[in-house]
Amino acid sequence: MDAIQQRDAAVEAASPVSSPARKSRFGARFVLGILLPVVLAAGWEFAVAKGYAQGRLMPPPSRIFKTLYDLAATGELWRHIFATLARVLAGFLLGTIAGTIVGAIAGASRITKEILDPSLQGLRSVPSIAWVPLFILWLGIFEESKIALIAVGCFFPVYLGVLGAIATVDRKTVEVGRMFRLSQFQLVRRILLPAILPAYILALRQGLGLGWMFVVAAEFMGASEGLGYLLVDGQQLGKPDQILASILTFAILGKITDGLLAAASTPFLTWQDAFAPKN
Amino acid sequence: MLSIEAVDKIYPNGTRALDRVRLDVQQGEIVAVVGGSGCGKSTLLRLAAGLDQATRGCITLDGETISAPHECVGLIFQEPRLLPWLTVADNVGFGLSHLPRAKREKIVGDVLARVGLADYAGRWPRELSGGQAQRVAIARALAPRPKVLLLDEPFSALDAFTRASLHEHVLDLWRALKPTLVLVTHDVEEAAYLADRVVVMRPRPGRISSVFDLDLKRPRDRYGADLEAAKRRILNALDQSLRERSAGDELVPAAAI
Repeated sequence: MDAIQQRDAAVEAASPVSSPARKSRFGARFVLGILLPVVLAAGWEFAVAKGYAQGRLMPPPSRIFKTLYDLAATGELWRHIFATLARVLAGFLLGTIAGTIVGAIAGASRITKEILDPSLQGLRSVPSIAWVPLFILWLGIFEESKIALIAVGCFFPVYLGVLGAIATVDRKTVEVGRMFRLSQFQLVRRILLPAILPAYILALRQGLGLGWMFVVAAEFMGASEGLGYLLVDGQQLGKPDQILASILTFAILGKITDGLLAAASTPFLTWQDAFAPKN
Repeated sequence: MLSIEAVDKIYPNGTRALDRVRLDVQQGEIVAVVGGSGCGKSTLLRLAAGLDQATRGCITLDGETISAPHECVGLIFQEPRLLPWLTVADNVGFGLSHLPRAKREKIVGDVLARVGLADYAGRWPRELSGGQAQRVAIARALAPRPKVLLLDEPFSALDAFTRASLHEHVLDLWRALKPTLVLVTHDVEEAAYLADRVVVMRPRPGRISSVFDLDLKRPRDRYGADLEAAKRRILNALDQSLRERSAGDELVPAAAI
């Protein structure tokens, strides 16, 4: 008995990772990661300031930030951000709901999978931009067709994620549920849902990423506001600083929304073996 | 009490996993089933657990036919099969969700203490060692107070040291709660050390070839002479059963088994 307790103590001592060490490690990685862009930006700024380079087509960082600041000061930037964000969220929501439902139906049995999956795989191989003309004919040139395009982009990763996650649920885990005589409904709620959650959240994040990609395509096809509009406008009026400012905004928004999604899902995934960040 | 009556199990691919197997297990008895791989010993346990259906014959518990998992029968698998998204306490209480919270927590605390893991209630399964995880699995199976506990090679994935300590845990539990235990194992020493009765099975098709009553007093000495003798008898029977050919099984040379 003593020996067992010794072992238990050893396991205990081995498991928790000291958190200050991890924090400073994270800090070091952050600095390393940001080093390259900072050096490049500073170099370019210097080169333009000293007259080594013109900076007309590739404006220096200071001008990009100035443009961004001006846009923000007039309130224009927020209007564009809001328009784009609203489109992404609406499309993401629609695509995710549809992808989840269809994925769950396809994953429910072999027969439903054999009916649904081949058609969906076929549709998936259509480049999503190819739907644009059809969506415009069907839904008009305003918000509806844009949201539909984004929803299509979000649908497939979510559908695939749900279907794949259901397929990989361990038969052995399901048997535990059977041994405790769970009903079908309880089996889904207490075993299947928690088991597919990690893969599902990953699929959501992929879907959101594609949503950001497709919103640009959607806004290219004619919009009077939105970050995509700012891009096109910058090209037509020859304002590279405005283009770069929009790109920067996209990067920041994409990162923030993904981070929010990840953070929102963290409390549900603390149990995961792989969750503890390994340095 | 647990009665296996002339059970056949034929899989859809034609494999005859069990052939007219009969076994009566008494209340509070420890029965070990040993045999080489493919002798149907795990199949037998799955049928008794109600996870699979017998092709012919039936299995009854106190006269009641088992056709689906039964509340009085618990099963411990070869792997712990803990649910990784539940804490140790929630895993142990998994089969008690119909009880009010306070009562459930009390039972969970009791069984965890019995397997020596009272301090681990809030841990995640990933934080446990293999032996600890299997002890949690045992606690989970015990929590609903089953009359019969089926164990499917539950110690085979553990190192010898952990295995020996788990034997003691199981014997302690058995002395305290007196459940009927049916243990499937390929480890003859384990069978001889734990069981009141050892059933030897032989493969193709899976049949019971001999049964040994071990009248050794407990606690047993793992290295005692009488245990050694019992082990030798069981090993001999096992050897013989593997060398024998069954009628209609001419194609399988003995050496291949």
